[in-house]
Amino acid sequence: MTPVGTLVVGAGQAGIQIAVSLRELGDREPIHVAGAESTPPYQRPPLSKGYLLGDLHEDSLHLRTAQFYRDREITLLLGTTVSALRPAPDCGWTAVLGNGRELAYARLALATGARPRKLSVPGAELAGVHTLRTLADADAIRAGLAAAQQVVVIGGGFIGLEAAAVARSLGKEVTVVEAADRLLGRSLSAEVADFLYRAHCARGVAIHLGAAAAELRGEAGRVTDVVLGDGTVLPADLVVVGVGAESRTELAEAIGLACRGGIVVDQAARTSHPGVVAAGDCTVGGHHLAGPAGRFESVQNATDQAKVAAATLLGAPARYDEVPFFWSDQGDLKLQMAGWTGGADTRLVRGDPSTDHFAVLHFRDGRLAAVEAVNAPQDFLAARRAITKGQTIDPVAAADHTVALRTLLRD
Amino acid sequence: MPTVHFTRLDGTDIALTGHDGMSVMEVAVQNGVAGIVAECGGACACATCHVYVAPVDLERVGEAGDWEDEMLEDAVAPRLPNSRLSCQLVLSGTLDELHVRIPEAQQ
Repeated sequence: MTPVGTLVVGAGQAGIQIAVSLRELGDREPIHVAGAESTPPYQRPPLSKGYLLGDLHEDSLHLRTAQFYRDREITLLLGTTVSALRPAPDCGWTAVLGNGRELAYARLALATGARPRKLSVPGAELAGVHTLRTLADADAIRAGLAAAQQVVVIGGGFIGLEAAAVARSLGKEVTVVEAADRLLGRSLSAEVADFLYRAHCARGVAIHLGAAAAELRGEAGRVTDVVLGDGTVLPADLVVVGVGAESRTELAEAIGLACRGGIVVDQAARTSHPGVVAAGDCTVGGHHLAGPAGRFESVQNATDQAKVAAATLLGAPARYDEVPFFWSDQGDLKLQMAGWTGGADTRLVRGDPSTDHFAVLHFRDGRLAAVEAVNAPQDFLAARRAITKGQTIDPVAAADHTVALRTLLRD
Repeated sequence: MPTVHFTRLDGTDIALTGHDGMSVMEVAVQNGVAGIVAECGGACACATCHVYVAPVDLERVGEAGDWEDEMLEDAVAPRLPNSRLSCQLVLSGTLDELHVRIPEAQQ
């Protein structure tokens, strides 16, 4: 019998969006979404923000209701790993599930996501040392925060700074250790990275730049100290490790898909196998701005690329070229970013960073290419709209921050 | 259970239940109500969950906060006196029934 329907491997933001989009595009065949976690599919961004702080109930994280999946006949296989895939004899794929069950599908979509990179130093496995990716991770950190006094965050990226801000607002002593000489690597402009350094310090977070954890020490199997490369000892009863994420490519590699630090996809979210699509954090190369080995790790990326993947699976023309969008909440600081700073040649700081309200506009060949806003939602929305519509903003006029950006949009 | 009545673009209504602590946006998105995009999932970072609150409910929902107020100014659909971002409308014992209209565009 010829297999029918679609298997989506991965029940995160991208995987669920593929299933939802297939239905929206009129697909009537069976759709199964397999996810390793047993919790209903949920959004991850709040895990390092409101949920970690205790402001959000778990129900608020759910992507859709159980009724939604039932109504659309999207079958969730939760708590289910896919241990192997093999081409079916005629066409399609046979999936071997973790429990040994075998299911056949006509189509395959991979949304296997990423796993947090672990520290490779002595003591990295001690109790009290956490990465932050899953709901279970967030619950463990929340529980640990209740009793912790001294929190060390290893990695000054978004996850690390968000977690640091939460811990600080709960009254903990917080230290951030970052190996580079600035926060946030190359994700943000120097202006915003420098601002965040000062802002977190002003809120009582100690930040060590150019410092790496050399060893984690503990007693009775539980972490007590982080030792830096220069010998500095930071007492710690809770350690959060936020040093990036690695694509989960094992399944893709096992079926021979091209992988290069992620599953290689084109702008139609097609893998090197013409019948297999992939979307989200497990991919590279799917957006022209990110380059052949890059990706944008964000909800926007997962969602928009998944929509394209669904269309491609159904044979409809689609191309993923949405304007990148990202946000980060760090205590009372709300960052919103859109566009791509990579190719920009000029930038303009609108407003005074010392007021905690400002935006950085990035221009390429005189045209607006990206915006980074700190507590400046109007500048963000106006600039994002301009970039999305292919419009621009005159940098000279925009230098006067008392003039609303929305009045300056032009073709 | 608290109930939200959404008036969709085609003029039809749909009533959906949530529970205390859930936002109107969450009720809409989790149930797949078209026209509430909510790209940021409730972080008040995208202004794509704009709704118009029915006049009868306006007093009970109160005023938009400063941040939301700024976001609404640059939302895609026209801002009206009853505009709110639905991620900021949280269901509770006092806000247990609410009527909102979905604007013609969010993006």
